[in-house]
Amino acid sequence: MSRHAEVSTEALLQSRANDSTKSSMTHDELSARVRRFATQDRLFLGVTFFFAALVLAALLGILLSLVMEAWPAFREYGLGFVSGTRWSPADDVYGAVIAIYGTLVTSAIALLIAVPISFGIAIFLTETCPLRLRRPLGTAIELLAGIPSIIYGFWGLFVLAPLFQEHVQPLFIATGLPLFAGPPLGIGVFTAGLVLALMVIPFIASVMRDVFETVPPVLKESAYGIGCTTWEVVRNIVIPYTRVGVIGGIMLGLGRALGETMAVTFVIGNANRLATSLFAPGNSIASTLANEFAEADPALHIPSLFALGLLLFVITFVVLGLAKWLIARGTARAGI
Amino acid sequence: MNKGIYRRRKAMNALGLALSGLSMAMGLAALTWILWTLFYNGLGAFSLDFFLKSTPAPGTEGGGLANAIVGSLMMVGFTTLISTPIGILAGIYLAEFGSRSRFGSITRFVTDIMLSAPSIVIGLFVYAVAVATVKHFSGWAGSLALCLIAVPVVVRTTENMLNLVPGSLREAAFALGAPRWKVSLAITLRAVRGGVITGVLLAVARIIGETAPLLFTALNNQFFNADMAKPMANLPVVIYNFAMSPYENWQQLAWGGAALIALIVLAINVAARVLFREKVQA
Repeated sequence: MSRHAEVSTEALLQSRANDSTKSSMTHDELSARVRRFATQDRLFLGVTFFFAALVLAALLGILLSLVMEAWPAFREYGLGFVSGTRWSPADDVYGAVIAIYGTLVTSAIALLIAVPISFGIAIFLTETCPLRLRRPLGTAIELLAGIPSIIYGFWGLFVLAPLFQEHVQPLFIATGLPLFAGPPLGIGVFTAGLVLALMVIPFIASVMRDVFETVPPVLKESAYGIGCTTWEVVRNIVIPYTRVGVIGGIMLGLGRALGETMAVTFVIGNANRLATSLFAPGNSIASTLANEFAEADPALHIPSLFALGLLLFVITFVVLGLAKWLIARGTARAGI
Repeated sequence: MNKGIYRRRKAMNALGLALSGLSMAMGLAALTWILWTLFYNGLGAFSLDFFLKSTPAPGTEGGGLANAIVGSLMMVGFTTLISTPIGILAGIYLAEFGSRSRFGSITRFVTDIMLSAPSIVIGLFVYAVAVATVKHFSGWAGSLALCLIAVPVVVRTTENMLNLVPGSLREAAFALGAPRWKVSLAITLRAVRGGVITGVLLAVARIIGETAPLLFTALNNQFFNADMAKPMANLPVVIYNFAMSPYENWQQLAWGGAALIALIVLAINVAARVLFREKVQA
């Protein structure tokens, strides 16, 4: 498109200028107009370029300011910040392990629950759902994605946590496994993972649906033609064909889960302890920031929180970048 | 041949499809469950006072969320005003000028990442540049943080929409001698107006419930305040603070606030879909 654009204005007006019988303007007037248009276009290009560059600059600005603000913490602890197991504002000692552990464990729980369910939803929407219901049901799942995370957290705290405390946790605790040790608090690492799962299901499901739809019908029809069942088509045709895109969708969900703040902060319990039990309260990177930042002491506490933020940003950047790359590769095959 | 194989395959098929149907049912159940509890508990808090009075002091009765509603509206309003032109112009660049350039693809990649980047980190960044430097929290800082979240949404929808415009439409306009800026603004952008408005609406729906970036930029304000240069009450942060409080009255107000936000977000999402569908059919 853009190549056509470069020739059009000038060439056309030039040709009209040469054809003096049809044009009521003199050659000079026309070339003045062409020059004016050219200036305007350069200006327009400059303005749009400026705003596009602004988006890039924002990202660099975020990275730079995080590094600068976190510098005192890294100077104090060095790389030991990442492996320090104590986070105690009272003693002015800061290590990131508790928060990193909380972030990773909640995200892992979320993915363990969300991936199979999202997969089921995507299969249902693309393979078995009656055509008439496809659109409304797809919209319902998208609405689930549109609900703000604070609503999920709020709902998790007031509805899910009490229910969990009374009916679900006692059953698990009765098994006596150390993984489920401790009192049934309702809130804690596991509940946070559960709420996160609910949050990322719509994201993963809609990416999976999109990549499943890229499978050429002729491939599926051939499989049906030799007598495959729907399930066999899914297992042997759809999944192998869309593997890359599916992994991309899961990574996208992971990126969301890692950085999610409010849904986790409400229900994780906000305790700076390294808990081995899934039912114990903990803290994630994002929830630590949400809880402590506004009242933090500028000396070392704030830089340490910035350092946590930087860690989170870098981790999610890598995960999301990978996700985008995989999804792009997954959907590009649709063009074959 | 052995009939058992067929039976096993059929059973496997039934099991797989049943499980997939079950997941769908679970997803729908979650949606209805969340919305039902929210509206069941929250709509009861709606009253005249809820919309007209400011947040009550700890432990007192009555009060409403007027200051938070106004604060949210102001911040979201300014954010929309600022981020819509920025997003649209950047989107035009990506679609019309930067579709093949290296700069274009890097910007596209970064915008996509920013779409899902942790919003709390954006709050940290704005704190560093707009709060720590002036030494006080403000509504402007909150708005800036929301802009950083809204702009990528508008950029990406604008670009995607512009890419749907057939090249022949552009060529026709160029053939009439229109300059590029006129073609972009008066022809292609106009052709996808509905889609671009949808993008802006979705951006509003996205930022209206954003809490994390406001926690330490706009902070909160117990009193009514319409001055963007001062700390500003806003619905999400008030909901968060009130929900975590031990006071019954505050928790009730939090339910009302949560229901209000959910209602607005759902309404915008539905409106955006209707608008966009009509545009596509036209």
